[in-house]
Amino acid sequence: MQDLLFFLLLISVGYVSGSVIERRHFASIREREAELRHILTFSAKTPPPEDCHRESAFVTGNVVISVDYFKHITATLRNLIGGRVIAYETLMDRARREAILRMKFEARAKGVTRIFNVKLETSSISKGRANQIGSVEVLAYGTGLI
Amino acid sequence: MIVSNIEFIPGKKITKHLGMVQGNTVRTKHLGRDIMAGLKNLVGGELVGYTELLTDARQEATDRMLAQAEGIGANAVVNVRFSTSSVSAGAAELFVYGTAIIVE
Repeated sequence: MQDLLFFLLLISVGYVSGSVIERRHFASIREREAELRHILTFSAKTPPPEDCHRESAFVTGNVVISVDYFKHITATLRNLIGGRVIAYETLMDRARREAILRMKFEARAKGVTRIFNVKLETSSISKGRANQIGSVEVLAYGTGLI
Repeated sequence: MIVSNIEFIPGKKITKHLGMVQGNTVRTKHLGRDIMAGLKNLVGGELVGYTELLTDARQEATDRMLAQAEGIGANAVVNVRFSTSSVSAGAAELFVYGTAIIVE
């Protein structure tokens, strides 16, 4: 009985704080994305030839984000029946957008206006551990032109 | 030392290729951070300790790569790639590699 209560407590704490933190994070992401919209990112490998006389700078941004306990449980249940795992979709979305934003902040500090060959790398840093709640690292990097 | 992840340095002419240079580091988190991360796993959100840890580790891997490039007389590294792999439970390897070149 006590175990069940503890479990329910963990789930409700996870649900409440997790959704508050996620909502705030998305609001902050949207705000900063609007602020940094003037820094353009391209996945094109090389800049156009007419810009090739400019100085370049290497820029990176990374973030580690973890899901909350509630989402972990819903994702585990989802595993039984299959289908979309929305809990993890938003996690990945947040992590990628945050990493790109941090890269853009570094770019702004270096006076970069456009970033070429943007690469995103994702790694799960808690791999290989049993019962470990998913946390994910995203790294964004590219070459900026000043 | 100029670093770039495209295949050349904009505005500069490559005069010599010196081959691949690389740098790596294997890091594991310490107990304090692990406990904090465990708590954070309950409520969700960014694990700031891990973010810093990985930033530092990646910086060290990059420094090693640049030291190697300097050792063979390069003044720029192009086509830089990052790679992360988990070696064992709780330890991650950060690896960075690129092509050392001399630009004018």
